Amino acid sequence: MTEIFGVPIQALFGQLTIGLVNGCFYALLSLGLAVIFGMLNIVNFAHGALYMVGAFFSWMLLNYAGVNYWFSLLLAPIGVAIIGIVIERTMLKWLYQLDHLYGLLLTFGLALVLEGAFRHYYGSSGQPYDLPEVFRGPIDLGFMMLPKYRAWVVIASLLVCFATWYVIEKTKLGAYLRAGTENPKLVQAFGINVPLMVTLTYAFGVGLAGLAGVMAAPVYLVAPTMGSSIIIVVFAVVVIGGMGSILGSIVTGLMLGLIEGMTKVYYPEASTTVVFVIMAIVLMVRPAGLFGKEK
Amino acid sequence: MKRKLMSIAVAAAMTGFAAMAQAQQGKLSDDVLKIGVLSDMSGVYADFGGPGAVLAAKMAVEDFGGKMFGKTIEVISADHQNKPDVAKNVTQQWFDRDKVDATFENLNSGVALAVSALGAEKNRITVITGAATSRLTNEDCKPGTTIHWVYDTISLANVTGKAVVKAGGDSWFFLTADYAFGHSLEKDTGEVVKATGGKVLGAVRHPLATTDFSSFLLQAQASKAKVVGLANAGGDTINSIKAAAEFGLTKNQNLAALLMLVTDVHALGLNTAQGLYLSEGWYWDTNDETRAFAKRFEARNNGKKPNMNQVGVYSAVAHYLKAVQAAGSDDTAAVRKKMGEAPINDVFAKNGKLREDGRMVHDMYLFQVKKPSESKGPWDYYNLKGTVKGEEAFQSMAASRCPQFAKKG
Repeated sequence: MTEIFGVPIQALFGQLTIGLVNGCFYALLSLGLAVIFGMLNIVNFAHGALYMVGAFFSWMLLNYAGVNYWFSLLLAPIGVAIIGIVIERTMLKWLYQLDHLYGLLLTFGLALVLEGAFRHYYGSSGQPYDLPEVFRGPIDLGFMMLPKYRAWVVIASLLVCFATWYVIEKTKLGAYLRAGTENPKLVQAFGINVPLMVTLTYAFGVGLAGLAGVMAAPVYLVAPTMGSSIIIVVFAVVVIGGMGSILGSIVTGLMLGLIEGMTKVYYPEASTTVVFVIMAIVLMVRPAGLFGKEK
Repeated sequence: MKRKLMSIAVAAAMTGFAAMAQAQQGKLSDDVLKIGVLSDMSGVYADFGGPGAVLAAKMAVEDFGGKMFGKTIEVISADHQNKPDVAKNVTQQWFDRDKVDATFENLNSGVALAVSALGAEKNRITVITGAATSRLTNEDCKPGTTIHWVYDTISLANVTGKAVVKAGGDSWFFLTADYAFGHSLEKDTGEVVKATGGKVLGAVRHPLATTDFSSFLLQAQASKAKVVGLANAGGDTINSIKAAAEFGLTKNQNLAALLMLVTDVHALGLNTAQGLYLSEGWYWDTNDETRAFAKRFEARNNGKKPNMNQVGVYSAVAHYLKAVQAAGSDDTAAVRKKMGEAPINDVFAKNGKLREDGRMVHDMYLFQVKKPSESKGPWDYYNLKGTVKGEEAFQSMAASRCPQFAKKG
């Protein structure tokens, strides 16, 4: 069998495929962060907590109301978006004129509160969420058995990422959004309700986190700490991609998933650190990130 | 006003008398008996020990009567966040400033090794329940002060490891948490596997609190080992098992969860967990006594049953208090001596014995997780498959690598 640095090529392909799946989760989460940062200038540290809330909503819908996976794929993100609207309307909107640091502190505090509340009621060891029936079992790709559910995650998140990118970069609504963040006063003068648009953008951004949470529920542990363990990596992704760059966050998310997958083959102990090493290197060479614009 | 002064004077006099009365029964240094419970209160292991462990310690104090030689027994607690340096700072403060006489729980092997060394240096009883590394009674033993109460990596290996090899699982690949605990568990289980006639094909080490295990499982799959041994704990074990089921690993290979507790099974759900073999030192549905304790406990713990670690804290605190009473003082050497003399007979252990190396020896159980159809409801998870006598489950004194007891030559 052909080998690359002592690893059979089949095994390498398998690892890369898995890296792609993880990359999709990163992309989905960092996309929401990038949208929020790009449009609102808020560093949303509550993103991981809202991802966790999305997963828990999906679990609650199943266990308390008997709502299946497909409906919670729609309902849970809406629930998270509503929480987002409340947060934006009651707290965040007072901070737009202030330093980034205030938004960061507020959202970080919110993350701790949400995590603490869920831990108090549900404990730290998490809740089970079974795979939907149609996704049980793997697909044979020749070089590996890929679980059907993971294939679905790749397809669904790529679709969502592409749609978001398209709406923001290529449609009129997206143009309003981008203009609104450049010069809110002028856009308001054209009769567009900028505050409403900002609220909805935040709701959409955190809704994406909620969606990622629902998708993660069957494969990862639904636990209060699930957000904090992934959010740090996701922030690294956003920083590497360039704060606020939508395309950057998608591409970097996928890329880092792949690199992490490779690290798990060659030097598993470093698999959680490699992302930050890359971040440090990128920041030294291109401080605005790979896809960011220098201001 | 006068009357108020009067009553204060009377009260003061009475306390004085009370103090004199106590002086005859026993003596406490610093005039207080204070117990510290150090655990992970908010992280991945918070359900393993955490607030439940503090509750268990408080219940032990309440059941004892709440007072020692007439003085109220105090229980304080802190969160070590799974960081040995934080644990060390807190414990140091407890000993130097807060007059803490003994610390309990101390889960996480990294934490346990740090506070065990500190306890020896400051000469305070350090009871470890939640941490598993066998180094605590071997290479890093502190026989005068450190006590290892509930289980260790050797007992897990001896119970689960042996049972799996005997059932035909003779080639192993390990998935190991990359810190003191995982390394110990991998090493001890590997030795048992080899001694029982099996072989170890390899291992992959993952960082603590990894979310995605699929790529590690692919490596385990490629090893073609019959058994994939999970030398990790808590959320890591749960995520490994979930991913293994998803990737179809369980079709050709078997999983052995080396450290898995009833709280983990609860988090995993019976659909995924069914059929797993695991070893525990305590299960709530064993007899009337354990069921009654669990009922009392869960009423004060958000409806969650106690696990072996939390009951271990209860048992250790209760035994410590009895020893202080028997010794008539809280002097470390005297209390430690009494703790070793009396057998441990309580809701946690029957005929348990605290050895001179600090190991508490008691029976361990081999359980198999029930099928969903066998379970009568939440928390009804285990079928008992065997009881392993304490002497067989734990390392013998003759095999000890503790410098004070190791056989020379």
